[in-house]
Amino acid sequence: MSTQVEFNTIAKNGLWNNNPALVQLLGLCPLLAVTGSVVNALGLGLATMLVMVGSNISVSLIRNAVSDAVRLPAFVMIIASFTTCTELMMKAFTFELYQILGIFIPLIVTNCSILGRADAFASKNGVAASAWDGLMMGTGFAFVLVAVGMIREILGTGQLFADMHLLFGPIAQNWTLELFQDYPGFLVAVLPPGAFFATGFLIAIKNLIDAQVKKREDAKKEAVVKGSKRVRTTGVIT
Amino acid sequence: MAFMQMTSPHAHRPGNTGHVMKLVILATLPGLITLSYFFGPGTLINVFTAGIMAMACEALVLKLRQRPVMFYINDYSALVTGVLLGLALPPYTPWWVIAVGCVSAIVLAKQLYGGMGYNPFNPAMVGYVILLISFPVEMTQWAMPRTLLAEGQALTGPIDGLAKMWFATPLDAYTGATPLDVFKQNNSQLVQHLYDTQAVFSTGRWAGAGWEWANIGFLMGGCFLLYKKVFTWHAPVSMLISLSLMAAMFNDGGSSNSGGSPLFHLLSGATMLGAFFIVTDPVSSATSNKGRMIYGAAIGILIYLIRTWGNYPDAVAFAVLLLNFAAPFIDYYTLPRTYGHNKARRGTEKEAE
Repeated sequence: MSTQVEFNTIAKNGLWNNNPALVQLLGLCPLLAVTGSVVNALGLGLATMLVMVGSNISVSLIRNAVSDAVRLPAFVMIIASFTTCTELMMKAFTFELYQILGIFIPLIVTNCSILGRADAFASKNGVAASAWDGLMMGTGFAFVLVAVGMIREILGTGQLFADMHLLFGPIAQNWTLELFQDYPGFLVAVLPPGAFFATGFLIAIKNLIDAQVKKREDAKKEAVVKGSKRVRTTGVIT
Repeated sequence: MAFMQMTSPHAHRPGNTGHVMKLVILATLPGLITLSYFFGPGTLINVFTAGIMAMACEALVLKLRQRPVMFYINDYSALVTGVLLGLALPPYTPWWVIAVGCVSAIVLAKQLYGGMGYNPFNPAMVGYVILLISFPVEMTQWAMPRTLLAEGQALTGPIDGLAKMWFATPLDAYTGATPLDVFKQNNSQLVQHLYDTQAVFSTGRWAGAGWEWANIGFLMGGCFLLYKKVFTWHAPVSMLISLSLMAAMFNDGGSSNSGGSPLFHLLSGATMLGAFFIVTDPVSSATSNKGRMIYGAAIGILIYLIRTWGNYPDAVAFAVLLLNFAAPFIDYYTLPRTYGHNKARRGTEKEAE
């Protein structure tokens, strides 16, 4: 059942048409809470993506063995196990980032978009398609997180990619870009309201692009000939 | 003899938004003049700058939204927002702070919600709060009143003030603690002692040099608007009464824990500006008379709570925004009696079964 075309649709859905953060508006809690800087956003985005891929694969594997009545608890258990694995991994390799993200890593369990994908897609599709769907949805989510993180970091502190060594190790020590001299710091962008503003504007931009694309496609279609038309209401229409 | 046949409403004068807004701007003049007299021309420059920037933002967004630009510019609502924001900002605020404030007020708080008449929050106060939490350094530098100047020191002139605003040229020691600041940082002194030792109080009459007169100026402007029936008395009066009551309750005769006398609270900070120009905003406040009284009273209580036990010295903007949230809720429970009915309907009432 999984043809190339279908894989393209899945990718397009996850990244754009049905993006978890911009269209489904799911998982807003981490989106709004931890996107104060790119490194935090990327850290949580990667963690969410990992959990999503893992849970989608597992749910797809057991989809014929679990009865409908207990499927949601089973899915949550699976998601919780992957979240715990991710948490332990972050504790082991990126401890400082783990401490910064704090409660929001265990809270990945409650991210609706993960359970949503498990129930809406993985429990009905094959393993390969489910894995691909989890990867694409996770990437779409992480993209938005990083975009919001970039906007907030630039507006709030005038820097970009600060503290990236928390995620990438010592080589990222000097990645910080100072974009403005003597930037006064726009605190509201780093505070929670800034996340609402940034996300709102991103959603607006996405809708604007969609509207433009639709307009262009409409323009390509043949124009309907104006003027009255007779509709035959009797007799046999061939 | 033919009489003109007219149906209701029989309004004598077709008041329009532009007319009301012009009255409001006129009414800010006494307060604006006193502020400029005591603190130098900074507030005047602020008001001009913010007014122009607010109108420019409004025109730009209206253009983007493909709405009639001149129609909305001519109702002066954007100008009023700019003027109120300019009055609230400290004198000689850098131009980019004012610009951020105007964009937040007009674009974020007003136009994104649908423009004139659709904003759930008071735009000027949204702009002010965003600035206050974003740029605490720039936003807490109030000028010293003229009574506090050192021997031989003059008030900052307009040229120096403009240089400070546009080119960040530093000014010589022009800032001083406001009366509310002094009260907030009171480390265990009796109120009477504060009044005797702190120059900002000892050179003033009731509530701090300059501030008392600015507040009286706004009170006069407010009374003028009341006389002109631009708004009803309910919200401002109930706000002032509840603030006074709170102050009277926690005054405790002026110990070191005292929050200040009712007169002190009525005549300092943005009390009168808030009571007559912010709380009375017809769009973002409660709509019925009973609702307005509840709305105003709650704002008064919140102002006292935040001033006395919160982190910021003044609280009008925060209190107003919090109650803007609550205004639809208040309206829901204070539906007025409709003509022809004996009793007011309750918002919670179900359809008759």
